[in-house]
Amino acid sequence: METFAFYLFAILITGLFAVTVMSRNILYAMTSLAAGMVLISGLFFILGADFLGVVQLIVYVGAVMALYAFGMMFFDATGVVKENNGSPFVVFLLGGLSAVVLVVIFSAPAIGHNVQALYPPVEGATNPQAVGLVLFTKYLIPFEVAAVMLLVAMIAGIILAGKKMERSLSSTHDEEISEISEKDKK
Amino acid sequence: MIGLTHYLVLSAILFSLGIVGVIRRKNLLMLFFATEIMLNAANVAFAAISSYYHDLSGQMFAFFIVAIAASEVAVGLGLLILLYKKYGTLDLDNFTMLKG
Repeated sequence: METFAFYLFAILITGLFAVTVMSRNILYAMTSLAAGMVLISGLFFILGADFLGVVQLIVYVGAVMALYAFGMMFFDATGVVKENNGSPFVVFLLGGLSAVVLVVIFSAPAIGHNVQALYPPVEGATNPQAVGLVLFTKYLIPFEVAAVMLLVAMIAGIILAGKKMERSLSSTHDEEISEISEKDKK
Repeated sequence: MIGLTHYLVLSAILFSLGIVGVIRRKNLLMLFFATEIMLNAANVAFAAISSYYHDLSGQMFAFFIVAIAASEVAVGLGLLILLYKKYGTLDLDNFTMLKG
């Protein structure tokens, strides 16, 4: 059963992400990316990382995808993306890099035979409980730093995207924009 | 039976897909999508290793990766919107003004 679920998820995720990478339509790419994220959370559930799976669903599929969909309202997303690519050198570089990554990842378990578990899960605790115990004891400072980083990112997002929101800069001409900014300077 | 290697191979394939996207794409939004794929591939590897070695550190790192991805998207999309307002396009070939 686990084998079947793993292969089903693996094939679907690979296919969906291939669509994301290859598609010329932004809407198709975003939709398949969201579907792939949902299926990756399925992988986490198979692995017993329940809390991580739920976080993946909420943060990636809920927040990040909604942000992308919101951001796409600013761009003309309906059309086909025109891209002119590539020289054979790029393809060569691409293949080489992928091969290097594959070799490194394959060799990782061979190196790590004598890995000792630093924070084994507590006996009798469910996954979210064990995660909470480790997160709020051993990883408290990174947790706080991540919270501050998220606050900084939120403020940055508001400032960057929300500036002069009352005027639609995308539908005005360049001269008008420069007039507006000169007025603001005065 | 599914072992650790299966998950690592899947993670490697997904990461390579992300690299292909980053190199091949010229649209900045598509580049962001490829970055998300790479981050997710790393998350899969972390969760698998954490599960097979009975160590929760991997899941902790996966959580921090999720947090970093969320803030990256918030700031990056703000920058993309600014770029689009200024130049009216997201094509990377148009952003070559640092050539000198």
